[in-house]
Amino acid sequence: MTGLTRRQFGLFAGASAAALSLPTYLRAQGKPRVVVIGGGAGGATAARYIAKDSDGAIDVTLIDDSEMFTTCFFSNLYVGGYRSFESITHSYDTLQSSYGITKVTGRASSVDRAAKTVTMADGSSIPYDRLVVSPGIDLIWDSVAGYSEELSEIAPHAWKAGPQTQLLKAKLDAIENGQQILMVAPPNPYRCPPGPYERASMMAHVLKEKGLTDAKVIILDPKPKFSKQGVFQEGWEKYYPGMIEWYGPDVHGGIEGIDVNAGTVETGLDTFKGAMMNVIPAQKAGEIAASAGLTDDSGFCPIDAASMRSTVDEAIFVIGDACIAGDMPKSGFSANSQAKVASMNIRGDLVGSKVFPAKYANTCWSLIETGDAIKVGAQYAPGDGKIASTQSFISQMNEEDALRKANYEESVGWYAGITADMFG
Amino acid sequence: MAAFGRYRWHISSLPASVPAIFIGIVLWAASPHGVGAAEPETLYKRCATCHEIGEGAKHKVGPHLDELFGRKAGGLDDFRYSESMRAAGEAGLVWTADTLDQYLERPRDFIKGNRMSFRGMADPADRQALISWLETATQQAPAADPTVEEVSTSGPVSGFADIVLQMDGDPEYGEYLAGECVTCHQASGHADGIPSIVGLPKDYFVTSLFEYLNNVRSNDVMKLRVANLSNEEIAALAAYFSSLEPQ
Ligand SMILES: Cc1cc2nc3c(=O)[nH]c(=O)nc-3n(C[C@H](O)[C@H](O)[C@H](O)COP(=O)(O)OP(=O)(O)OC[C@H]3O[C@@H](n4cnc5c(N)ncnc54)[C@H](O)[C@@H]3O)c2cc1C
Ligand code: HEC
Ligand code: HEC
Repeated sequence: MTGLTRRQFGLFAGASAAALSLPTYLRAQGKPRVVVIGGGAGGATAARYIAKDSDGAIDVTLIDDSEMFTTCFFSNLYVGGYRSFESITHSYDTLQSSYGITKVTGRASSVDRAAKTVTMADGSSIPYDRLVVSPGIDLIWDSVAGYSEELSEIAPHAWKAGPQTQLLKAKLDAIENGQQILMVAPPNPYRCPPGPYERASMMAHVLKEKGLTDAKVIILDPKPKFSKQGVFQEGWEKYYPGMIEWYGPDVHGGIEGIDVNAGTVETGLDTFKGAMMNVIPAQKAGEIAASAGLTDDSGFCPIDAASMRSTVDEAIFVIGDACIAGDMPKSGFSANSQAKVASMNIRGDLVGSKVFPAKYANTCWSLIETGDAIKVGAQYAPGDGKIASTQSFISQMNEEDALRKANYEESVGWYAGITADMFG
Repeated sequence: MAAFGRYRWHISSLPASVPAIFIGIVLWAASPHGVGAAEPETLYKRCATCHEIGEGAKHKVGPHLDELFGRKAGGLDDFRYSESMRAAGEAGLVWTADTLDQYLERPRDFIKGNRMSFRGMADPADRQALISWLETATQQAPAADPTVEEVSTSGPVSGFADIVLQMDGDPEYGEYLAGECVTCHQASGHADGIPSIVGLPKDYFVTSLFEYLNNVRSNDVMKLRVANLSNEEIAALAAYFSSLEPQ
């Protein structure tokens, strides 16, 4: 960790002017320190907003295990051939050069809440005054009998973007006419509720483009219904007749297990066989959240709806997929929105800046076929002891083509907007 | 010539103004009988928040439009255009009745990345009426120094919007609230698929939000946002966004 020490030294040397404007109790201790675990939708946004809005009065360290971040959002568009892998991969350079954030590349292995330090896998430790935990999800491998981390090299989940997404695309591109793709969809709660169904659309799009209209995507779902179901199924009927089949538990009778090497999924009704499998298991908060003692029985972290502060530890804020966000879905948009509320409260705690009432928002777009995207969105505020939805909208069946096309353009604008908001 | 690929218009289609006019006529003929174009003065009000015309016109949010016809796009030295608008001019785009017609129909598509926050005028008859009116109205000399600092607050404003415009918005609160907006509307003022709202004049900003609220505009995403904003919050947001400069 010599790099880190040198950098902090440099920051201290240049910090005297900013320090003069701080309250005396803070000046005595040097700058307050915020550490953020996870450089994704929640963590990168939080780091950037704390650094930007405190004008250098707070020292921000961002920990992520990778040098570059590939977004899960728009990774289905990469699968569908609409985006390059590079266009969904972002660097942390601007956060470091323009916002003075210290980026530490490595894995946080534990949090010592009493000492207020994060211990890294290499043994070094990083002290904090406030900690933001935004590790996203981890997969519960054994929630699908017969699946494991090793087997994900054969049957990708691609529910964390990166090499898994590239593997999924390579397998999809090798599918031949007449072959079947089996998707095992996840149970609630999971990140991005419409994600599996957007993915099935993108797979069918690729097959159809190549004229492989006798190939099929079969979705075996543990849930009896799914997000935006009516509009998705209407779209499948219109663009991919006979190419996407969805089965809920009342039809397949329960997913009993899979055999990755044989390419089969055993259900109560029948054994399905495919040339390729995409298995999306059940999910829990990123491992570090549980090891820090921030999760409850659900596997996710309870928070105060007005601030995103952990109900377990007042020096810690949990945002994004890892938290229990009431009515908000687990999405990049939600994580970004929660990050702003957390950042404001952290600045309030550490440098006494104004704290306004919390407001949250989400919108998720899904692409069904070229020029046809649907959307769902809501506003939220603290209420009834949770983050509660105050108003919402959802795409309807039989909408005009122009509206669906405008939705797609909007989603492209949003992607550019949110990634600029995360990475500067 | 690679740069041309970025624009809807192509050099190859420029000399072919015949097809463009032809399309114009077809659309003109296709517009329903009895529903004529609106009055050009009324149509121009949509532009007037951002553009001045006539004797002594100055720059506002957009450049003055005097002596527009025959002018190179992005061609005024003393106005800060977007790079895309300048590049379009460099690549040969000149304002004529045809090119204006295409630009005003869908400004964001015609020149990708240009900074004009105007959604477009869908009705071909309206565009035709406005453009012929502009041909005369812009034949005057602009101010000797068209660069001005202050942002004008003239323009059509409804009753509720008026009340909000009287309020002193808190820019600090506006900055916090803006966190929600910049997930879609980039803080840099750059636009790819969602219009820029950076530096919009207060009256235009407030009026457009009320238009979503009153169903004059119909975008679901924006209607939802506005339905959840109080008057104080709209005033705060207007104060904040109008104080920003596009980068
Ligand atoms: C296929 C798919 C499509 C999606 N589409 C959309 C969409 O269109 N719109 C939308 O809003 N959302 C979408 N999502 C959901 C979105 O990606 C997530 O909800 C969002 O990324 C959550 O943000 P986060 O900050 O909680 O976690 P993440 O963005 O996953 O970031 C967590 C980061 O922390 C790192 N990390 C975890 N633990 C540690 C540790 N101990 N040490 C160091 N680093 C660690 C991880 O490697 C990761 O980089 C989609 C998801 C998927 C899978
Ligand atoms: C919200 C403010 C706004 C509104 C409303 C608006 N414009 Fe613009 N307009 C601009 C801006 C800003 C530019 C410069 C764009 C750039 O540099 O990318 C511009 C550029 C232009 C140009 C190019 C000028 C040049 O010198 O190249 C024309 C022509 C134009 N607008 C016409 C109109 C007309 C006609 C209307 C009404 C139908 C209108 N605009 C409405 C802000 C606006
Ligand atoms: C989910 C994405 C999204 C968010 C969040 C969002 N907007 Fe918008 N906004 C849009 C889209 C898309 C349009 C264009 C809609 C249309 O065509 O009418 C728009 C249009 C506007 C316009 C009109 C611009 C013009 O050129 O006429 C204003 C003003 C505006 N938004 C303000 C806001 C404010 C203020 C917020 C935050 C409170 C906000 N928006 C949040 C997507 C968004």
